[in-house]
Amino acid sequence: MNTAYQHTGTENFVRAFAEFSKENGRILPELNTIAIGRLEDIGFPTTRHEEWKYTNVSPILNTAFSHPGPQFRLKKEDIQSWMLAGKDAILLVFENGYLNTDLSSLDGLPEKVIIASLSAQRSNAIVKQHLAKYAPMKQESFVVLNTAFVSDGAFIYLPANIQIEKPVHVLYVNDSEFHPTVIYPRNLIVADKNASVKVAVSYHSIGSTNAGFTNAVTEVVAGQNAQVELIKIQNENESAFHISHTEAILSKDSVFNISTITLGGKIVRNNLHIVLSETNSVAHLYGLYITDGNQLVDNHTLVDHMSPNCESNELYKGVLGGKSSGVFNGKVFVRQDAQKTNAYQSNKNILLSDEATMNTKPQLEIFADDVKCSHGATTGQMDAEALFYLRSRGIGEQEAKAFLNIAFAADVIKNISIEALRDRLMPLIENKLKQSIQS
Amino acid sequence: MSEDQKIITEVTESDYKWGFISDIESDQAPKGLNEEVIRFISLKKKEPSWLLEWRLKAYRHWLTMEEPTWPNVHYPKIDFNDIIYYSAPKAKPVLNSLDELDPEIKATFDKLGISLEEQKRLSGVAVDAVIDSVSVKTTFREALGELGIIFCSFSEAVQEHPELVKQYIGSVVPSTDNYYAALNSAVFSDGSFCYIPKGVRCPMELSTYFRINSAGTGQFERTLIVAEEGAYVSYLEGCTAPMRDENQLHAAVVEIYAHQDAQVKYSTVQNWYPGDKEGKGGIYNFVTKRGLCYGKHSKISWTQVETGSAITWKYPSVILKGDHSIGEFYSVAVTNNFQQADTGTKMIHLGKNTRSTIISKGISGGKSQNSYRGLVRISRKADQARNFSQCDSLLLGDKCGAHTFPYLEVNNKTAIVEHEATTSKVGEDQIFYCNQRGISTEDAVGLIVNGYCKEVFNQLPMEFAVEAQKLLAISLEGSVG
Repeated sequence: MNTAYQHTGTENFVRAFAEFSKENGRILPELNTIAIGRLEDIGFPTTRHEEWKYTNVSPILNTAFSHPGPQFRLKKEDIQSWMLAGKDAILLVFENGYLNTDLSSLDGLPEKVIIASLSAQRSNAIVKQHLAKYAPMKQESFVVLNTAFVSDGAFIYLPANIQIEKPVHVLYVNDSEFHPTVIYPRNLIVADKNASVKVAVSYHSIGSTNAGFTNAVTEVVAGQNAQVELIKIQNENESAFHISHTEAILSKDSVFNISTITLGGKIVRNNLHIVLSETNSVAHLYGLYITDGNQLVDNHTLVDHMSPNCESNELYKGVLGGKSSGVFNGKVFVRQDAQKTNAYQSNKNILLSDEATMNTKPQLEIFADDVKCSHGATTGQMDAEALFYLRSRGIGEQEAKAFLNIAFAADVIKNISIEALRDRLMPLIENKLKQSIQS
Repeated sequence: MSEDQKIITEVTESDYKWGFISDIESDQAPKGLNEEVIRFISLKKKEPSWLLEWRLKAYRHWLTMEEPTWPNVHYPKIDFNDIIYYSAPKAKPVLNSLDELDPEIKATFDKLGISLEEQKRLSGVAVDAVIDSVSVKTTFREALGELGIIFCSFSEAVQEHPELVKQYIGSVVPSTDNYYAALNSAVFSDGSFCYIPKGVRCPMELSTYFRINSAGTGQFERTLIVAEEGAYVSYLEGCTAPMRDENQLHAAVVEIYAHQDAQVKYSTVQNWYPGDKEGKGGIYNFVTKRGLCYGKHSKISWTQVETGSAITWKYPSVILKGDHSIGEFYSVAVTNNFQQADTGTKMIHLGKNTRSTIISKGISGGKSQNSYRGLVRISRKADQARNFSQCDSLLLGDKCGAHTFPYLEVNNKTAIVEHEATTSKVGEDQIFYCNQRGISTEDAVGLIVNGYCKEVFNQLPMEFAVEAQKLLAISLEGSVG
């Protein structure tokens, strides 16, 4: 008997699908039906599943979520504090998974660049070519779930030789003030040859008690010599469930930088797959998670080196307080053809409280011989001597701890190239760190 | 063909040098596994009823278990009913001197280069020689006996020290622990038993030479080492096996129990038949080894050099229960041709101020797959626990694989856990440097690989370190001078 999968909760989603399938203007109606069938077959992973060993998704499966559809109530002032990429950023606001055009601002877009909602662009040839072609459907239940219900999301397309300096901010709001609400964001970022773009995707919620569920999938296609930076910020309420999958395909000479910042949520799972499919491509993966209370944050990354001369560099850092737990599983896969690969991976964690837990599994699977691969993982507490030094200079204990942790976190944040975003992110992080230290 | 490739090809083509079959009559159990066979084994060994019950309990539990599929190894399904579970070499029941030893067995040992007389006279190593399943010769027993040290075969221990066996058997590896441990508990034939009394420092290295002999016989050894308060022992286990076409199963269990202030050092050199160049034959080595640091300030250290077996599935572990206890794991695993190794360790920190060190060196060549799989768990109450792990892999060909699966589970904020791993090939600039100093490429690779393993070889007792280097040379023949 296969105990790695369960069927708890699938019937809820199948029932919801009956309603959803009546909606007009769906982006991928045929694929939706295939996906729900697939979901009925495989179900959801249990903790017997090696990739879900430390993350029990039962609380998600046992919640009945409402699926509200395109209804908008957000005002401009409601989202002020979430404008993380600055006021000048190109902004797409999705409320409960659907584009709120009143709040979005798309001024100053260069010609031929497309930044829009997927639903508006569903007949676009590029969307047809790339959407739902990369994220794995076979065993990833939550990618399948997202594909079954894919309603809307951001579509960002840069034609060849166009670089945009202005950051693009995609802002998702899950309105769970009255009911636990589920949203299925789906993003597609395509940068053609020599194009460059910086995208911040942030997730927020309204209401603090209901457990909203955000099940997101993002696909990134970087063409030859393209440069794509993606910053994913998860700052939902502390009851929220968030399971996301990001799949990036890199062509020759392209560079992909991704930062995954997790601050909120009760159960958060970030899957990140990067495929270095052609030579000389480079991926930088940065991650930061700060937790308190009963949070569980699980980061799974997979870097697949398929071609020679590629490079990947990974740095994930975590600060865990309260009774929270963290999971880091970083896999580097070097295929037989991927000679001259350089792959580095580092995971560093600080445990602030007696009841916090960190489970780390850095993993190397190497089939080529001419490679340089290394990984390191550490888990410990704050440096007692550094703390003593600060205190001997008259700095209070709480403040000294905050200093040290801010410096620890800044190591990740400094890699974000959007200055406005860094400036707005740091106060959020400092705030969260203080909560975490006190919890 | 480039120079490198040539060397690699030569490596893959080196033959197994220790392959030969001794012709010794066996006293065998019928093929297959059922309660009758277990009763047969127990009766044959004149075991007390509690031990038979213990075996049967393990067997009944085993029936409910499933064969593990999680290791990163692939092999045809084992038919557990196609195995002979008991085979004893025909030897005289009691031996007082080496002269009484079956000349065939003696010759076998001579071929292996471990003449008992020489061992006895020159190196001061007491050898408990095990051929197939029954212990045939124990040396230095008397000298050890004066200190109160018990070092004998498992079946002798059952007869002579049943109270000790009853107390400790299954205390570290329960009979229901895992699939192969349960199988071993049900059908184990013999093994070694070692007991060091309070405050005694064992004056010599204790050693057992294992050897799988009869065709189609699974070997199910069981070793139990108990170190009382303040005791010290260094225990050596080494293996070579004859060449066979049929895969042979080996599922051993080793248990180490260390009381307060006790220290146990366990060293292994494993060189069983790895199969031929096409990956045919070879030993399946599915072993459960675990030590329990029960008392305060106790220490258990595992050192292993794994060069043989078609498939190795082995995780020598330490449970650090006593406060201030120490666990160590040093390993060199070499795979070649079609060998598969999934090996590593587990360090379970339960007590306060416990420390563990893991140094693992994997070398893969040919079409082999070499995996490190390790677990470091710091439990909630293990204040000030400390772990350092280093897992390096060296690749000697473009068709092999090196994998690292470390699990770090930290539940205590005062713990410091560090893990490092690297994967690389022998550096071209290092070889070039040696070349321009007049050292051939072959010698250079030898130097570099030996240097790479030094950290582990340094942990081995002297005699073993020499053998380990020899084995490494054979395993990597062509690239090692």
